[in-house]
Amino acid sequence: MAEITLPAACPACVGHVTADVPDTGIRFSVPSVHCVACISKVERAVSALPGVKSARVNLSLKRLHVDARSSAEMEQRIIATLADIGFDAFALDDEALLAVRDDVGRSLLAKLGVAGFAMMNVMLLSVAVWAGADGTTRDLLHWVSAVIALPTIAYAATPFFTKALRALRKARLNMDVPISLAILLATGLSLFETMMQGEEAYFDAALSLTFFLLAGRYLDHRTRSMARSAAAELAALDMPYAFVRGAAGLTRVRTSDLSKDTVVTVPQGGKVPVDGQTLGDVVEVDNAFLTGETRPLVIHPGGRVYAGAVNLGGAFEMKVTNLGQDTLLSRIRDLVALAEGARTRYTSLADKAAQIYAPSVHLLALAAFVVWLWISGDWRHALNIAISVLIITCPCALGLAVPAVMTAAAGRLYRKGVLVKSATGLERLAETREVVFDKTGTLTTGDPKVVNSPSDEALAIAAGLSALSEHPYAKAITRLASARSITAAPVTDVTTHPGLGTSGTVEGHPVRFGRQDWVDPDAPQHAGQAASSLSLPSGAHEVFLFEDTARNEAKPTIAALHDLGLPVAVLSGDDPQITDRLSADLGADFAMGGLHPDQKLDKIKSLQGPVLMVGDGLNDAAALAGAHVSMSPGSAMDATRLAADFVLMNNRLDVIPQTIRVAKSARARILENFAIAAGYNAIAIPIALLGYASPLLAALAMSLSSICVSLNAARLLREAKS
Amino acid sequence: MSQLVILIPISLLLGLMGLLAFFWALRSNQFDDAMGNSRRILSDDHDDRPAGRD
Repeated sequence: MAEITLPAACPACVGHVTADVPDTGIRFSVPSVHCVACISKVERAVSALPGVKSARVNLSLKRLHVDARSSAEMEQRIIATLADIGFDAFALDDEALLAVRDDVGRSLLAKLGVAGFAMMNVMLLSVAVWAGADGTTRDLLHWVSAVIALPTIAYAATPFFTKALRALRKARLNMDVPISLAILLATGLSLFETMMQGEEAYFDAALSLTFFLLAGRYLDHRTRSMARSAAAELAALDMPYAFVRGAAGLTRVRTSDLSKDTVVTVPQGGKVPVDGQTLGDVVEVDNAFLTGETRPLVIHPGGRVYAGAVNLGGAFEMKVTNLGQDTLLSRIRDLVALAEGARTRYTSLADKAAQIYAPSVHLLALAAFVVWLWISGDWRHALNIAISVLIITCPCALGLAVPAVMTAAAGRLYRKGVLVKSATGLERLAETREVVFDKTGTLTTGDPKVVNSPSDEALAIAAGLSALSEHPYAKAITRLASARSITAAPVTDVTTHPGLGTSGTVEGHPVRFGRQDWVDPDAPQHAGQAASSLSLPSGAHEVFLFEDTARNEAKPTIAALHDLGLPVAVLSGDDPQITDRLSADLGADFAMGGLHPDQKLDKIKSLQGPVLMVGDGLNDAAALAGAHVSMSPGSAMDATRLAADFVLMNNRLDVIPQTIRVAKSARARILENFAIAAGYNAIAIPIALLGYASPLLAALAMSLSSICVSLNAARLLREAKS
Repeated sequence: MSQLVILIPISLLLGLMGLLAFFWALRSNQFDDAMGNSRRILSDDHDDRPAGRD
């Protein structure tokens, strides 16, 4: 059987089979570009290739866009060129990327531009009024301001109006209600005053309010769209393809185009693309993503395999049984959605502030109107004061308080390789009281290692038998042999026995390497430990013990979490003994193995206080969604990343304590910002209530408080450097 | 007063030109890679076009 062996992690690296894709050039993800020298190097090398019109790096997204006809050879040539100069590149799937074009961000930026333009012009005109223009000159300036302000408010402030309406329809108050009210009343009052040839118009205040708040909205949006786009990129990297055997050999087909009962081929080392039943041989798969169990699973003909399992033996054929809604993956997604439902009840700090702020300000303005009407009897004067209270207490600083901090924190974390996916993720992370880790693939590397020390002779023969295998134990043997610089013994007639092991001949003697009961039924069992036996030409037997070893940074990470005062627990689907031993080695406070996905979720819910869950497997997805806050490595499966609040792009654990520290200081900055906004209101409200507020004072106070809040948020960026 | 009738339209026109330039920059994707553009200024390679579509 002629096999196409492809790197399993990167199915998109081979060109498109369909030729009718519109030619928009080719996009690559180049994660290691980080400086101007990298940009020049990459662009120069790729532009020099024949057939490439131009190449442009986007540093923010770490992407390369190449203007060239899209073809498999071109993609591979570019990837090879970049590999030569030291950059890893991955072709991106256009369809997955185009789904997340950022139109909202662009429209927010356009609105921000218009509001900024209008604000500056009206402010210039207002300076003339403040400087003492009166009579018809003042009226003219007011009218010109009105002509600029009215269409601007109608266009640029719509995001606030729509959100305020949506909240009011649900009979709720959010930050947008007082914002909209302040903008609308300020504009209405100013228009009325202008028509009545009055002295004071607040057009500049209405516009600067719109501008500052739009700036906050835009920052907020940009932070999240950056995370969304990076998440979409991860999805685009593992587009699901299946190989179908046709008349012309193997062809690549999107899994969405498959139909039931189609027979697909899973190459050696490849991922199972859809749920199905195996045909023909006994096969061995790695199901760790599903169960957390590190030992390979043997599947007999007709047995079920699930999408995402890795084929450890030779290529095999399988029949598609479930598609779309029926797959295990989509059932897990349902479980995730169910668990997430509980979390949407979380009220963010901004919402909490709005719930206190909005009603009290409205009541205050109403009280001001009533009292002044009673004192002076002049309803126009009373209305003026009531509206000036609304304007001067404008939630401008409050509107910037959260997004400015979040942008600074998310930007800082992005540079460390942490993606903040959820809007309230940082706030929830700051509240964490306990950290729960998944074991396989999260605390451990997922690649087993040989943990005893076999003799040189045995290792050489085992290496000879394992040379061509994709089996994790075989790979571990090969790694150990090269680490001890032992050359593999020449083994002939190597035959793989799926589920059992490999056999061969060394110098005329048969040798076997594999399951203990197959090689050496009399050998003592090693409880709670993965073991393989090797029969030597002499007839003796030697045992190899394997263990999924911890990541290098796992122990320091757990120590750093202890320093932060957070207890650490390990919950795993793997064997309880293995789990206990590993967590004891790493210094975790609590460990539990042999858990099913829903048991994990229950366990997390039963823990005291808010829990941070870190996991990578599909079996963790429900626990991730159900925990107070969650993280998953970028190498995790799509559904798992979807459920997590944070994605660790560089798959390193030691960023977790750093992220928690950033979240805590972000929370501190947010609370400080609320204090600044409150302190400013404490001074401004009495002035407005007494009727001393003027448009000039409102403009000054508003800008000052906004700048204070933004600068306080920027302190987060400075802490990053020190 | 009479000067204002000329000066205000002029100032508005200048501001409007700035706004149009901003819209042009927005439409030609110049705000898509703020981080890259801030570094490119340091590059020795001649760089005379806005960021490509991406």
